[in-house]
Amino acid sequence: MSVVSDVAITPEPESVTATRRSGSVLRDALKLWRTRIGLVLVVVLVAIASFGPYVAPHSPTAFVGPPFSSPSANARLGADYLGQDVLSRFLWGGRGILAMAALATAFGLVFGSLVGLLAAYSRNWLDDVLMRAMDVILAFPQIMLALVAIATVGPKAWLIVLAVGLTTLPRVARVTRGAAQPIVERDFVGAAEALGVPRYRILGRELLPNIMSPLMVELSLRLTYSIGLIAGLAFLGFATSTNGPNWGTMINQNRIAIQAQPWGVIMPVLAIALLTVGTGLVGDGISRAAAGIERGRPSE
Amino acid sequence: MHSGGIWGFILRRTLLGLLVLAVVSVLVFAATQALPGDPARAILGRSATPDSLAALRAKLHLDQPVLQQYWNWVTGLLHGDLGNSLANQEPVSTYLKPLIINSGFLVLLSGIISIPLAIAIGVWAAVRRDKAFDVGSSLITLLLAALPEFVVGVVLVVLFATVVVQWLPAVTQVPPGGRPWDDMTGMVLPVATLVIAVTPYVARIMRASMIEVLESDYVEMARLKGLRENTVILRHALPNALGPTFQVIAINLAYLAGGVIVVEYVFNFPGIGGALVGGVSNRDLPVVQALAMLVATVYVVLNLIADIATILVTPRMRTTL
Amino acid sequence: MTVQTTPSIVVDGLRIEIAGTGIDVVDDVNLAISPGEVVGLVGESGSGKTTVGLAMLGHARRGVEIVAGSVQIDGTDVLQLSEAERRPLRGRVVSYVPQDPAAALNPALRIGTQLREVLEAHDFGSNDGDRRDRVAEMMREVALPDDPGYLRRYPHELSGGQQQRVGLAMAFACRPRLIVLDEPTTGLDVTTQAHVLGTVRQLAEAHQVAALYVSHDLAVVSTLAQRVAVMYAGRLVEVGDSAELFANAAHPYTRRLVGAIPRLAGSRELVGIPGRAPSPGSRPQGCAFAPRCRFAETACMEALPDLRALDAGHTVRCIRAETVLANPMPFAGEAEAVVTPQGEGILRIEELSAGYRGLTVLHQINLTLAPTECLALVGESGSGKTTLARSIAGLHRERVGRVVLDGTELAELARHRPREARRRMQYIFQNPYGSLNPRRTIDQIVRQPLEVFGIGGKEGDQRVDEMLERVSLSADYAGRYPDQLSGGERQRVAIARALVCQPDVLICDEVTSALDVSVQAAIVELLGALQRDLGLAMLFVTHNLPLVRSIAQRVAVMSAGRIVELGPVDQVLMDPSDDYTRRLLADTPSLEAVQS
Repeated sequence: MSVVSDVAITPEPESVTATRRSGSVLRDALKLWRTRIGLVLVVVLVAIASFGPYVAPHSPTAFVGPPFSSPSANARLGADYLGQDVLSRFLWGGRGILAMAALATAFGLVFGSLVGLLAAYSRNWLDDVLMRAMDVILAFPQIMLALVAIATVGPKAWLIVLAVGLTTLPRVARVTRGAAQPIVERDFVGAAEALGVPRYRILGRELLPNIMSPLMVELSLRLTYSIGLIAGLAFLGFATSTNGPNWGTMINQNRIAIQAQPWGVIMPVLAIALLTVGTGLVGDGISRAAAGIERGRPSE
Repeated sequence: MHSGGIWGFILRRTLLGLLVLAVVSVLVFAATQALPGDPARAILGRSATPDSLAALRAKLHLDQPVLQQYWNWVTGLLHGDLGNSLANQEPVSTYLKPLIINSGFLVLLSGIISIPLAIAIGVWAAVRRDKAFDVGSSLITLLLAALPEFVVGVVLVVLFATVVVQWLPAVTQVPPGGRPWDDMTGMVLPVATLVIAVTPYVARIMRASMIEVLESDYVEMARLKGLRENTVILRHALPNALGPTFQVIAINLAYLAGGVIVVEYVFNFPGIGGALVGGVSNRDLPVVQALAMLVATVYVVLNLIADIATILVTPRMRTTL
Repeated sequence: MTVQTTPSIVVDGLRIEIAGTGIDVVDDVNLAISPGEVVGLVGESGSGKTTVGLAMLGHARRGVEIVAGSVQIDGTDVLQLSEAERRPLRGRVVSYVPQDPAAALNPALRIGTQLREVLEAHDFGSNDGDRRDRVAEMMREVALPDDPGYLRRYPHELSGGQQQRVGLAMAFACRPRLIVLDEPTTGLDVTTQAHVLGTVRQLAEAHQVAALYVSHDLAVVSTLAQRVAVMYAGRLVEVGDSAELFANAAHPYTRRLVGAIPRLAGSRELVGIPGRAPSPGSRPQGCAFAPRCRFAETACMEALPDLRALDAGHTVRCIRAETVLANPMPFAGEAEAVVTPQGEGILRIEELSAGYRGLTVLHQINLTLAPTECLALVGESGSGKTTLARSIAGLHRERVGRVVLDGTELAELARHRPREARRRMQYIFQNPYGSLNPRRTIDQIVRQPLEVFGIGGKEGDQRVDEMLERVSLSADYAGRYPDQLSGGERQRVAIARALVCQPDVLICDEVTSALDVSVQAAIVELLGALQRDLGLAMLFVTHNLPLVRSIAQRVAVMSAGRIVELGPVDQVLMDPSDDYTRRLLADTPSLEAVQS
């Protein structure tokens, strides 16, 4: 019965305006300035993370000067704790985080929504069993479960993706179930049942299209958390390779000399901050657009 | 199954919580025992003789069947015997006790500040909807909610302790044997980080809940009856808006327990966060297991309290129990 | 009924717009109500009547604002006051009774608290004791228990009728000068409705309170109001005595409304109004009703008519009023005889009992439906009629007994029934706003049964087109989404969907209950025609007894899970043999009740 969720960015109740409906939620969301800014941020940072390695001036492990040396012609942003080029490591450092976060989020979203839909539609023992199982995974903060897993096997990439995905799953399931439950009660589902439409088609064609908005909001929310989580694990020293370039690890490695050579910390901090803010803004834009369309219904 | 009123409900939820904890304990134990390596060798090192390895294995009960080991562990847990740390050979409970107290203090302090703050911000934003405070606070809470806590922590360090100004210490300096409240200036940034981590979420939920209530028919009716606006907000709106908020408060207090891990690491705070990170790095399984069970228990208890609080605040649910 | 002649409430030139746009929701509204008088304000959904009702308290919902006009209560113009000055008037001088009683009572507060706070807010009584006594008196006035134990209840522990009476008690608490009632009996049983209306009448008369009764249901309004004002597309179109309006309505729209009221004698034909009312922003230049009016001529489309007086107390906004008056009223005429179809039952219900969470709600029902017959199933909420309909359709789990379709016994759940059986029996739901998937186009929705039953391609296309035409929806509806349609149009889509695979049996579950009376008439008209043309057997479930006359040949009256009366329509309605049926007839607002 406990309706626990990590919802931070909740659908905004919008004021009634006399604008006309324009169609899909995404199109409406893109009209908002916040969604656009968010999207720009995300695109820019994904581009840096993906294409950075191709434009990096040095290899991430190449020695360019004394540790923590200041910016020079050779090393535009100075050197890090081992004397490696901060700029190059920065350009190399986003890929791993992004790829793992994307995979983990996709995993959690796909299976989480499946569980949530099943639970909402069953309304019987299956619902209880599924939700208790979710409760077990939810008995930990996400980072805790990841750490326990790492304690046993070590910080392997597949493990981190699995752990983050597995902890995302029940949170998505909760939200999906909550969104689907009122839909299940509506008569058009009953109409499909009366026609004898098989269960899987009801889930896929009647329920799923009607919860796309909350799912899209969840997608951006979970992506935001996954990025923060994986970068956080790296920060704590649990990246996939100890000296591999990684924004999270960089922050930890270089913060000891932050007063002398701040770039080693500032660049990755900026990157992670802007990326998460970007995904957050996009998610908020979508939820506002969805709420706006909901509110457009005639009242009298 | 629906009988016994409130006490029946509490009992059922408690039993359910215990069930969840039991399953969690099995999973935690299973996960940590899935170690491909050999703990005895990890402790004694490569130069260990087969005899000493065997002796240590016997001492750690590693030669017994898995179920027996699990049983030993669980009964130990319930008696407060958490095993011995593999890293420093002292009993885990002795090792963790002061750290738990420290972390508890940090979490409590952060909670006391953040929850009322969040409720106030959320309610005020809802009451003054679409005006300056609402628009501003909505944007700020959105941005802060998206940032990971370690980023917030590092930024605070950059701003207040190292690069921009140096008013506050970058790490907490608690002497061994001392207590965090001996060094309150050192507490400022960690508490601030946690408060910034939690407040935005709760504030947004509170705002959304309050707005929904303020737009409800019964609040409109209260206004149409001619009641003073204060009465409408405090007596009619707020109690109905708080219900769903309890759940979120609970989850965010629980989230503090998780966020504490990272924040303690940033500020070198002597608490369970540091112990956990160290334990994971060193594969100190008893420590990791103990902390996992501790955090899980805290989560389950907080959820239970939240559920009960929600029921108490919603008369409709009370009478249908 | 003694009515003073000097009006205490005067509304003049009221205009309300959508905030910041200049688009009017309501315009040029003038009303006068005397103490003790009840004036009805009638209009469809979207006509602006609720907005006018709220404006009486100087209140406007989010998104709309009152821009012009005055609302004088005993000489004080409510609209000229500041918000702080208005607050003490609300609840004390003018009160509001909302449509949904459950939503208007705070679920977290006891009803005693909510009653008392009205008194406290307006400084009624000199101490707590006074106020307690007054609360007890208020409860007695609305025929509710006045003991402290009852007052400690929460709203969800009361029935709908009781909640509404609490709402009435709150409204009359401070003896206001004006009460605005906004469809306060929607969703209540006919019997409860009759009681609530009776209470309103008594209290208004006893305390000389002026009342404005807002509703879409002309019949209900006329049992209570002495005068009626009819609104269409935000303007008044006719105002007059209720008796006069029923005998001689001068505006075509009013005529149609009267024609849509179910009646116990005379013509069976219910006259619906094709098309729908224009919403704010899309109202035409001339008379707003002209596009749907059969008396319209070119002059009507050019300029908006003024409200003019026909005779004392009867005003109308129509340039052709005299012509309209010369025509007979739509309900006049003889009733044709009803032919009860013969033949073997296509649907047989044998000893059907059903339960809901362990409680038995149907007791051994036996029923037979002939192949081309329409059987109405009438009962109030709780009678079990919906459970029966759902059990037959295969949507209800807990049941025993037999449902036999053309000789084949059917399984409990539709999912387990053979395909042919599912195709031959179709079901239409009550709520047009919930029975269509909002993410699908009309075309996809109507096509769905064809996909399930394997009829595709060209033949499928043909059938869809044909069905849409039969339900009077033009081809360009096919690409639209449900939220672009009105309630009546959605229900037509539901009908099309049900009939597209050519079933033999159609079950209609309260398909008109969520619709305005005028729209209801159109749907009943449509269903009746389809049933005759396609030779369907139909089970028509409703709580409105006179309505069945327009569509059914036989009627079964249900109460507490049993059929208490079954017989030909005329017989049951004119000469019922069961007490329950008699009481139901007496409480239902129908044309006869109004005219008497």
